[in-house]
Amino acid sequence: MSNSKIQDEAISVDTEKGNFSYPEDYAYDAGVGLSEDTIRYISDVKKEDEWVRDFRLRALEIFNKKDMPTNWATKDLENIHFDKIRYYLSKGQQPSRTWDEVPDDVKETFERLGIPEQERKFLAGVEAQFDSEAAYSRMKEDLEKEGVIFVGSSEGLEKYPEIFRPYFGKVIPSTDNKFAALNSATFSGGSFIYIPKGVKLKQPLQAYFRINAENFGQFERTLIIADEDSEITYMEGCTAPKFETATLHSAVVELVALKNAKIQYITVQNWSSNVFNLVTKRGMADEGAEVKWIDCNIGSRLTMKYPGVVLKGRGARGEVLSIALANNGQHQDTGAKMIHLADDTTSNIISKSISIGEGRSTYRGQVHMPKHLKNCKNNTECDALLINTNSRTDTYPAITTRGQNNTVQHEASVSKVSAEQIFYMMQRGLSEGEAMSLAVNGFVNELLKAFPMEYSVELKRLIDMEMEGSVG
Amino acid sequence: MNTLEIKNLNVSIEGQSILKDFSLTIPKGEVHALMGPNGTGKSTLAKVMAGHEDYEVKSGGITLDGQNILGEEPDAIAHAGLFLAFQYPLEIPGVSIANFIRAARAARLPEGESINAVEFYKELYQKMDDLKMDRKFTARSLNDGFSGGEKKRCEILQMSMLNPAYCIMDETDSGLDIDALKTVSEGVNLMRGPDRGFLVITHYQRLLDYIVPDVVHVMFDGRIVHSGPAELAQELESKGYDWVKESFATTA
Ligand SMILES: Nc1ncnc2c1ncn2[C@@H]1O[C@H](COP(=O)(O)OP(=O)(O)O)[C@@H](O)[C@H]1O
Ligand SMILES: [Mg+2]
Repeated sequence: MSNSKIQDEAISVDTEKGNFSYPEDYAYDAGVGLSEDTIRYISDVKKEDEWVRDFRLRALEIFNKKDMPTNWATKDLENIHFDKIRYYLSKGQQPSRTWDEVPDDVKETFERLGIPEQERKFLAGVEAQFDSEAAYSRMKEDLEKEGVIFVGSSEGLEKYPEIFRPYFGKVIPSTDNKFAALNSATFSGGSFIYIPKGVKLKQPLQAYFRINAENFGQFERTLIIADEDSEITYMEGCTAPKFETATLHSAVVELVALKNAKIQYITVQNWSSNVFNLVTKRGMADEGAEVKWIDCNIGSRLTMKYPGVVLKGRGARGEVLSIALANNGQHQDTGAKMIHLADDTTSNIISKSISIGEGRSTYRGQVHMPKHLKNCKNNTECDALLINTNSRTDTYPAITTRGQNNTVQHEASVSKVSAEQIFYMMQRGLSEGEAMSLAVNGFVNELLKAFPMEYSVELKRLIDMEMEGSVG
Repeated sequence: MNTLEIKNLNVSIEGQSILKDFSLTIPKGEVHALMGPNGTGKSTLAKVMAGHEDYEVKSGGITLDGQNILGEEPDAIAHAGLFLAFQYPLEIPGVSIANFIRAARAARLPEGESINAVEFYKELYQKMDDLKMDRKFTARSLNDGFSGGEKKRCEILQMSMLNPAYCIMDETDSGLDIDALKTVSEGVNLMRGPDRGFLVITHYQRLLDYIVPDVVHVMFDGRIVHSGPAELAQELESKGYDWVKESFATTA
């Protein structure tokens, strides 16, 4: 039901922009389930070129053929019923969602985050989407002067195929995994960005307004191309926990850093606990280029996300800094992939996971360094913090082959916040939640120093709220 | 009413009775010393007062200025004015001393009020100077990798920054060399006054040369068996705990 509302909004947004006119008589048509017709319908509504439609249809085939990865991942995936999901609801009424309909816990989150009324309205209903469009336009104007393209996925493919098509689905092919295939078949919304040669953006691009304005769907698609010697920092979900009532969120994010370019992609996500968050994120780094993922995952029922970097050119650098917090009933299955394909490439992975109560975190790392390469380096650190005895953590680092001239360093640690530590802190007057929060902040403190300031502040606030909520 | 009052406290852990009808009254303005052999229940008493949940309180009562604290949460007891300087302070990695004390202070403020950082640091530095602590310590993780003596100084620093009405000090002297003992004692003596009561738990008389108590209690087998003036500590020191056992075991 909530899915349908989300899709309503997605459609009405596009309607306002005049991307397509909504055929009234098709109300309810797409229904539940995923078939070729669903895909054709989405593609029609978006007035897509033939090649995009074919891309979607091929992806659907792949999706249908691929098994769920339950042979290595959690069986909980079996609880996703693809035939019950609304991939695209074709009902063109005014969205009925109001602030009153937002679930209490999400409301509280917004209140405490100090999200302004106007943004709340925007998240809650259609009228505020106007506001966010305005904000978006302002941003766009500044960037246009520099020749930057910052558009939604449909617009990107339609207006700039010569730029985006060569890389679209290349870093993460539809065959990569079942959920990447699903996204490739059903994608809607997301950001397509091109940074011209030599342009170094001083201000980070923010996804907050854009994503919410253009994509209420669950399958956003992002592609960022940083041309030679350019630099970009992209942030998603900064000022608010992402409002999401859907049960399945499956995004694909592809980054392309051409020679000597730098891309930093920052995510702080705070999902409600009914969301399956299955996201594929990968960057490609050419010669001398750098791709850095900063990825913070709070909430969700299950998150599976392993940001990766393909170090394709000589001297390329890749980095993944991640923090995952698994509260009661949540499973954070996260990690990183570093694929070294050239000499002198370096990669760094720092992963911090926190498990609370029945919460569970899993780290999966993959470092691929073929023997014939020279002077490659990887450093992996994964630290787990357990708060109370029921929580669990698993670490699966996989390091495949390394040459004589390459170095791989791996460190892992598991620590606990003991009842005695909590007692000690409470004796000083801190509540149980504040005490746990402080312990968690202490655990991630070093890593937070590597984050942009406003992100560490934001993350600390989210952690505080999450910890407060975790005690009765 | 201006007292910390422990009445007929019976406490056990894992079925073993530790505190037996323990009673003690500490009026504000006084320093009481509690001495006794190892394993007699001194730390148990301190933790029960601070609201530790592992102990089973069978009967009795504890009040701060007439307000019941027994059965309350540790943070509520702290807010009511009780501070416990731990015998074994816990390490909190990644949390700096300054941030920790600041958070503890902030937890005492009414909703909406915040701490003035400049004044806070001024006061913190002043108190660190009093305790001869290097100012660099503020940035170090709380007790993480501290020596025994550093941990104890840090406890007293927190105690003085949090301004409690009643201070319970559990073997603060252990782990301190003689110079540190003097400095820490001076820090404690600065805090003495008509609005504050102290319970100084110690195994040795040495500390009481510097923090001179108003009353000394001798504890044995879960209860106070003898009380007297400051000189009792010296008597105990010269006669040893065997004297306590011989003299008071029968009454126990
Ligand atoms: N958590 C505990 N679990 C089991 N026994 C305990 C625990 N804490 C204290 N005790 C026991 O209670 C008795 C008193 O200990 P304690 O209060 O630490 O004595 P003191 O501080 O006087 O040396 C000892 O026999 C000790 O073994
Ligand atoms: Mg003791």
